[in-house]
Amino acid sequence: MYGFEALTFNIHGGYLEAIVRGHRGGLLTAADYNNLCQCENLDDIKMHLSATEYGPYLQNEPSPLHTTTIVEKCTLKLVDDYKHMLCQATEPLSTFLEYITYGHMIDNVVLIVTGTLHERDVQELLEKCHPLGMFDSIATLAVAQNMRELYRLVLVDTPLAPYFSECITSDDLDDMNIEIMRNTLYKAYLEDFYRFCQKLGGATAEIMSDLLAFEADRRAVNITINSIGTELTRDDRRKLYSNFGLLYPYGHEELAVCEDIDQVRAAMEKYPPYQSIFAKLSYGESQMLDKAFYEEEVKRLCLAFEQQFHYAVFFAYMRLREQEIRNLMWISECVAQNQKSRVHDSVVFIF
Amino acid sequence: MAQFIDNIPSMDLMRSEKMTFAQLIIPVESAHRAVSYLGELGLFQFRDLNENKSPFQRTFINQVKRCAEMSRKLRFFKDQISKAGLMSSPHSVLQPDIELEELEYQLAEHEHELIELNSNSEKLRQSYNELLEFKIVLQKAFGFLASNHSHEFSERELEENVYLNDGYFDTASPLEKELKPGSSYQSGLRFISGMICKSKVLRFERMLFRATRGNMLFNQAAADELIEDPVSNEKIEKTVFVVFFSGEQARTKILKICESFGANCYPVPEDISKQRQISGEVSTRLSDLETTLDAGIRHRNKALASVECHLAKWMNMVRREKAVYDTLNMLNFDVTKKCLVGEGWCPVFAKLQIQEALQRATLDSSSQVGIIFHPMDAAESPPTYFRTNRFTSAYQEIVDAYGVARYEEANPAVYTVITFPFLFAVMFGDWGHGICLLLGALVLIARESRLSKERLGSFMEMLFGGRYVLLLMSLFSIYCGLIYNEFFSVPFHIFGKSAYSCRDASCRDAHTAGLVKLRDPYPFGVDPSWRGSRSELAFLNSLKMKMSILLGVAQMNLGIILSYFNAHYFSSSVDIRYQFVPQMIFLNSLFGYLSLLIVIKWCNGSQADLYHVMIYMFLSPTDNLGENQLFRGQRPLQIVLLLLALIAVPWMLFPKPFILKKLHHERFQGRTYGMLTTSEMDLEEEPDSARQHDEEFNFSEVFVHQMIHSIEFVLGAVSNTASYLRLWALSLAHSELSTVFYEKVLVLAWGYDNLVIRLVGLAVFAFATAFILLMMETLSAFLHALRLHWVEFQNKFYHGDGYKFRPFSFASLTEDDD
Repeated sequence: MYGFEALTFNIHGGYLEAIVRGHRGGLLTAADYNNLCQCENLDDIKMHLSATEYGPYLQNEPSPLHTTTIVEKCTLKLVDDYKHMLCQATEPLSTFLEYITYGHMIDNVVLIVTGTLHERDVQELLEKCHPLGMFDSIATLAVAQNMRELYRLVLVDTPLAPYFSECITSDDLDDMNIEIMRNTLYKAYLEDFYRFCQKLGGATAEIMSDLLAFEADRRAVNITINSIGTELTRDDRRKLYSNFGLLYPYGHEELAVCEDIDQVRAAMEKYPPYQSIFAKLSYGESQMLDKAFYEEEVKRLCLAFEQQFHYAVFFAYMRLREQEIRNLMWISECVAQNQKSRVHDSVVFIF
Repeated sequence: MAQFIDNIPSMDLMRSEKMTFAQLIIPVESAHRAVSYLGELGLFQFRDLNENKSPFQRTFINQVKRCAEMSRKLRFFKDQISKAGLMSSPHSVLQPDIELEELEYQLAEHEHELIELNSNSEKLRQSYNELLEFKIVLQKAFGFLASNHSHEFSERELEENVYLNDGYFDTASPLEKELKPGSSYQSGLRFISGMICKSKVLRFERMLFRATRGNMLFNQAAADELIEDPVSNEKIEKTVFVVFFSGEQARTKILKICESFGANCYPVPEDISKQRQISGEVSTRLSDLETTLDAGIRHRNKALASVECHLAKWMNMVRREKAVYDTLNMLNFDVTKKCLVGEGWCPVFAKLQIQEALQRATLDSSSQVGIIFHPMDAAESPPTYFRTNRFTSAYQEIVDAYGVARYEEANPAVYTVITFPFLFAVMFGDWGHGICLLLGALVLIARESRLSKERLGSFMEMLFGGRYVLLLMSLFSIYCGLIYNEFFSVPFHIFGKSAYSCRDASCRDAHTAGLVKLRDPYPFGVDPSWRGSRSELAFLNSLKMKMSILLGVAQMNLGIILSYFNAHYFSSSVDIRYQFVPQMIFLNSLFGYLSLLIVIKWCNGSQADLYHVMIYMFLSPTDNLGENQLFRGQRPLQIVLLLLALIAVPWMLFPKPFILKKLHHERFQGRTYGMLTTSEMDLEEEPDSARQHDEEFNFSEVFVHQMIHSIEFVLGAVSNTASYLRLWALSLAHSELSTVFYEKVLVLAWGYDNLVIRLVGLAVFAFATAFILLMMETLSAFLHALRLHWVEFQNKFYHGDGYKFRPFSFASLTEDDD
């Protein structure tokens, strides 16, 4: 199929590709960020955003605003975009679009399960869930006491069910378990998504495998760093890494045995694409790693738009919008708490 | 010649209004009033002096924010009112003007009240819903329980009859029966009853089944009444359920599931008398609540109604205030911070009105200092402003859609008013169809006052906007239709008898030998006898083709003449001498000559072959014309014309760039500094480069530009003339199509002596006429006429690179701004 997308792609995908590229054009620009960073209060931010695509979503919000309202409304815009595209999509694009939300679904499941474990109110937890990762019976998650019940009661109806095959145990749920479950699920999800994209073939496979490999590698590094000093064994850690990506398999062997951040660094610097990321950080520092990874990801996502006739633009758009909303959240928080000097700490510009 | 041109009256219609750039210096205290008076007047276009400032750095941003907040509240009211279904017809209640501050205060109060009322009624609604649900659950669940019990009993009775048979149980008294549920409770069978959304029932049941591993009994029944959702005010279908289960663990699980599904559980006592008692209580409380709710709604509606009668006015007011502050944000503070400085464009004729309005503002705000209004020079070229009325505006729109005229450039819309409908009609000539169009246009015009207030769909709006275009188009169609003598493609003898008749009474050889001419030619239009004759097509084609060429050459000449008036107006002798003159010569020596030949041929009825004449004029101009000669001296004339055309090409190509170069050199010779010139001076000298007067003169660019222009004109002369042949082509297509529909559908169907076939034929004919001829053909003729104007006519003189005058005006504020 490769090389012939131009012939047939537009039959089903042309309209939506045009739509998604239009949405991409609506992302905030450097000038917007510049103005946003100068805002004095949240009303200024609302005022500024009213001139952007977020305008209709924010215009009916009464003052005083809260950061959560802004983020909620901006997310609503993303969700509306997504739903519109999903409605219009035909196979296999609709499946592709659904795959994009599974990550949120996993996060939501983990959020609810953790919340119930700490005896939080279900309604309160539901409000915190990402709307893209909602499924029908999500509230019922609170009933489950252990993994097996979780699976049998709720998740068997969701698309996440196949990913669960590896983590069904009868152990009671605890924080550690849940975290392992999250990563196991994520691993299975990424591998499945990767296989699906490979099956689609063509430019989609090419670009998506690059983006997903980056995602998998980033998760591997994060897992490693977060598990340093915990009781997670090396073998268990090794099991959480996805079986594809640039680091697979030799990098994983090295990461599995890392005991501190500098060892991780040493392992990663053998891979040229990641060398540049680590080169930005000073030794022993891990706080800025997230931002460095985000920046690299945004760069790759933007590059996905350079090529036509493939589905990765949808993935890229969703991710870029999410990054933009994270940026807005950070800026709003900084403005609301009068910490404007720290605005640039965590904003990842998308241009 | 030049004197004659100077003496003809100034062509005000053709030029856009003279504009002047003006500066306003307004004292702060009268600024708001001055700007709102200017907004009412709507003749001043402010320039944004704070372009590099972000919106929230501007001076009046707080007021803008307040207005935005107020309009949000107003939108909230509007939403609430439409939800409550109170949108009554807009009646204007005269009430005194109120100040913005007061309005803000009032709005805040109303909003507060409304929100409180809403939350109250929501609470009430919630408890009302709960009670209602409880009542329904009681009714339904009682049914389940009763059926369950009786089932149980019958089974038990059977068993007992078989095993015990000692008469203790088989004469169970009603009292004992009522006690039975208690015994079932002791045996561990318990139940939970409640209500759930109908859409969730299936999943709910499945979840329960899974959670209890099938150890439960699920009963459901649809509720008879719809329950209103307090949040969205929608009626939802709900279902009553009763779950029987056993065990404490199952109970907690089921309760959790109920909670997560949003199902409301209600305790139903198993005791029948208790049930009756409770349902009685519930009913009385329900009716209590109902009255309270009704009172609440009445109160809320009253509050909303009091807002509603002011709503339109308030919205308008807030919109205006916001516009005023947005405009004020475009102004600058002067050094002393006591005055606001604004700049902008206004038409010269409006100067007095503006000054008067500003004076009024000073007086009304009892300011000590007057507002200073003084004209200034501006670097950029002024905006283009044509005053139009409802008749001409549509035509101006047609021209503006191609490009807004450069400042003071000849406005083609003046001619478009007539030429556009006329060229349309040449393609759409049929007076039957014309009358249909006319009726449509008249309906639109008759309902003008009503339709202009309504919000129409995009298609209707377009049709309504172009109603006067439609009117003239239909009138000209009738006129052209009379000339073509076609009424739904049927010829009529309106203007007397046909000039021709058959050779004998039987008319047998009419199609072979032809007709004989009896009288003078038919007085107006095409003789009806051509219809159906052997040479009909040949005749009509020749007529329409020649007519198209004549019309085309005439319109193109008009375009070139307009370019002369432009050059004359901007005093650009270079353009007259080296562009207008050679263009005129080139076009007329070829196609003007062709038109002349056509007219001569029509006048003297010669049989000369015009194709031949034109082609051999180029191929062998010196040859004898032979039988194709139309008049004496034709051959030398042709040679002269050909030579003129050949000379005209280099004439329009070479001199202009060189002269421009020379002018440029003269002007900047020996000067180290560039000359300080105002834009007017530049405009006078070379309008083409007025915008780039401070740029380096680039000869090669100018030359290439001129070359492109010349080549375009030379090729365009041929291709544009050919392009006018579309008049012929479309008119032919139209008449042939309508003939087909008439003859092959209507006449054919009429041939049968069968009412059904005739009716079907009539219906098909009517549909074809309405949809294909009246809609599709109108559209296509419209587009072709549009093209002829935009391309063939306007490229001769129209630059169309101006920008529109957009005054700050309250009248142009629409509801979409919100």
